[in-house]
Amino acid sequence: MTLRVLIVGATSAIAEALARRYAAQGATLFLAARHTGRAEAIADDLRVRGAAMVAVGAYDATVPDRAEALVAAAWEALGGLDVALIAHGSLPDQAACAASAALTRRELEVNLISVIDLLTPLANRMQSAGCGTLAVIGSVAGDRGRQSNYVYGAAKGALAIFLQGLAHRLAPAGVRVLTIKPGFVDTPMTAAFPKGPLWASPDRVARDIQRAIGRGARVLYTPWFWRWIMLVITLVPAAIFHRTRL
Amino acid sequence: MAALTPYQSWGRYPRASPVGVRSLRFRDQPLPRVAGNVLPFGNGRSYGDSCLNNGGTLLATRGLDRFLAFDPGTGLIRCEAGVLLSEILSLTVGGGWFLPVTPGTRYVTVGGAIANDVHGKNHHLAGTFGHQVTRLELLRSSGERLHCGPTERADLFAATIGGLGLTGLITWAEFRLKRIANPYVQVERTRFDHLDGFFELALGADREHEYTVAWIDCLASGRRLGRGIYMAGNHAAPTCEGAPRPPGRAPSIPFDPPLSLIAAPSLRAFNGIFYHKQPRRPTTGVEHYAPFFYPLDGIGQWNRIYGPKGFLQYQSVVPLAVGRDATRAMLECIAGSGQGSFLSVLKVFGDRPAAGLLSFPRPGVTLALDFPYKGRATLRLFETLDTLVAQAGGAIYPAKDAHMSPRLFAAGYPRIDEFRRHLDPAFSSSFWRRVTGEAP
Repeated sequence: MTLRVLIVGATSAIAEALARRYAAQGATLFLAARHTGRAEAIADDLRVRGAAMVAVGAYDATVPDRAEALVAAAWEALGGLDVALIAHGSLPDQAACAASAALTRRELEVNLISVIDLLTPLANRMQSAGCGTLAVIGSVAGDRGRQSNYVYGAAKGALAIFLQGLAHRLAPAGVRVLTIKPGFVDTPMTAAFPKGPLWASPDRVARDIQRAIGRGARVLYTPWFWRWIMLVITLVPAAIFHRTRL
Repeated sequence: MAALTPYQSWGRYPRASPVGVRSLRFRDQPLPRVAGNVLPFGNGRSYGDSCLNNGGTLLATRGLDRFLAFDPGTGLIRCEAGVLLSEILSLTVGGGWFLPVTPGTRYVTVGGAIANDVHGKNHHLAGTFGHQVTRLELLRSSGERLHCGPTERADLFAATIGGLGLTGLITWAEFRLKRIANPYVQVERTRFDHLDGFFELALGADREHEYTVAWIDCLASGRRLGRGIYMAGNHAAPTCEGAPRPPGRAPSIPFDPPLSLIAAPSLRAFNGIFYHKQPRRPTTGVEHYAPFFYPLDGIGQWNRIYGPKGFLQYQSVVPLAVGRDATRAMLECIAGSGQGSFLSVLKVFGDRPAAGLLSFPRPGVTLALDFPYKGRATLRLFETLDTLVAQAGGAIYPAKDAHMSPRLFAAGYPRIDEFRRHLDPAFSSSFWRRVTGEAP
């Protein structure tokens, strides 16, 4: 059976790597992105790589009230959805957020509220259909608040709780909810930085996501060792943690 | 997707420090605005300094790795410049399409294959990679996007083929793949005990075989000078039997050894075994395309065996009329120095006119060897070889080079002034500044 896949934030490196994997299996895809020209370039590539059908839709997470229409368009274009990956987001400037409540709010809207706006109609449609997987890119930053990155961490942490509840609600309907927590990913944007062994390629992360979706996992740390790194980080007592610059 | 690549050349000599690296990800992006000059960097498989830009900025193109279109009926393919040849093969071989020209590694980008106008074992029939390109887009620092091809802006196209990335950024290119019945190659191997044997085979078998190349034991001297094994292949017929399985996952050199693992006694033994393993009479067999075309791709990061000082490759071409004498003189010189390595390759190029103004392949005999970098001894040997190449009216391959003088470059590339007219003023490279006598 042909897999029907919606990807929001389709021009991100992880999203594109996952889209290629599904395309190679002959999936049909709906790509939502702010920059539709670039999404069209990705769509052409996915067609060459074997996608049975690819459609593109405009989506801007900073514009409210567009989520419902996007979900309806994707649902109609593909005749239902088996997988929805939500991959859009921004990386806030923590220092600037600390100085501006308005900026903090905007970052929370992009990284949390806009995602929930998509998840609500997606969840309801999948619940009625009685199948499907909601896969959402969170972050290890959501596991513990750190001085260097807590606005982003707050958005991703709240998102993880929301997804936990959603998974609970949708379990009887046979709908899976996957929270993805990537560590450091070597996207082209960070290619010039020196890399240690903790860095993973987008394709490695995409492979882990595809497998986690396939086996119906609920939480994915990728690469796997981040589960243990974050376990240690969450267990460090505040008295010690506050002496670090993490 | 982009791998975790450091920005060095394959020979890891010379070292260069770009002031910045900008990773390109979408072909509609304008060129990044930077102070100083820029140079596209693909997968870093050029050996010397043609892919380096000391003191300038590199434009890393591996993020431009999308296909634009592929017609499985005609084999016409259009892709971004950062796509690797290996990625094309993965996509198309199963459907019966192969690269029309391929160099000895499949881990080069399409942009790099064009910018170095690479050649393969079928040069005598198919010409170079540049001959296959039907169209490309060039993004100039002026912001213009120029479409070029053999009949469209043909002069800028000819400058860009083999243009070493100096005429602007190639964003995408189009070329036609060739039909194959299966992934296998019918290979004939013939041992020859002297250089003369090579020329007899090369001038005979080239008519019957699509792919030809010879491995030379560059440590043999005297009566055995230039002994080696001649390999000639054709794509296998549809009904080929006993086809081997494709090779499995490639092993890799996992770390940098503290010194070169290439030492004279072990090399002499290796070359002797390799030569004598081949029976006196010609052998034939069917091979998967990967070990035939890409024997070294079977070992990841093989350049590490030369240790931290790196290595140089020397690839020359000399006209056929003096080819036998010049090649003999070069091999004598190399055997006498005892510096040669096991990767020595000899081939006769065809006489198809070059596709690019700075293309390396031209009618004649081409010899390619690796040398571990041993400081002055290596450079002295190269100077002697340069003299022989210059006397023979030959040229050195820029993609392999880290040493040639401005004079030798000018002698080997007489269309350099024509090429200069098409240079993009914002583009430069360590190689270009070296061979034109500007500051490196």
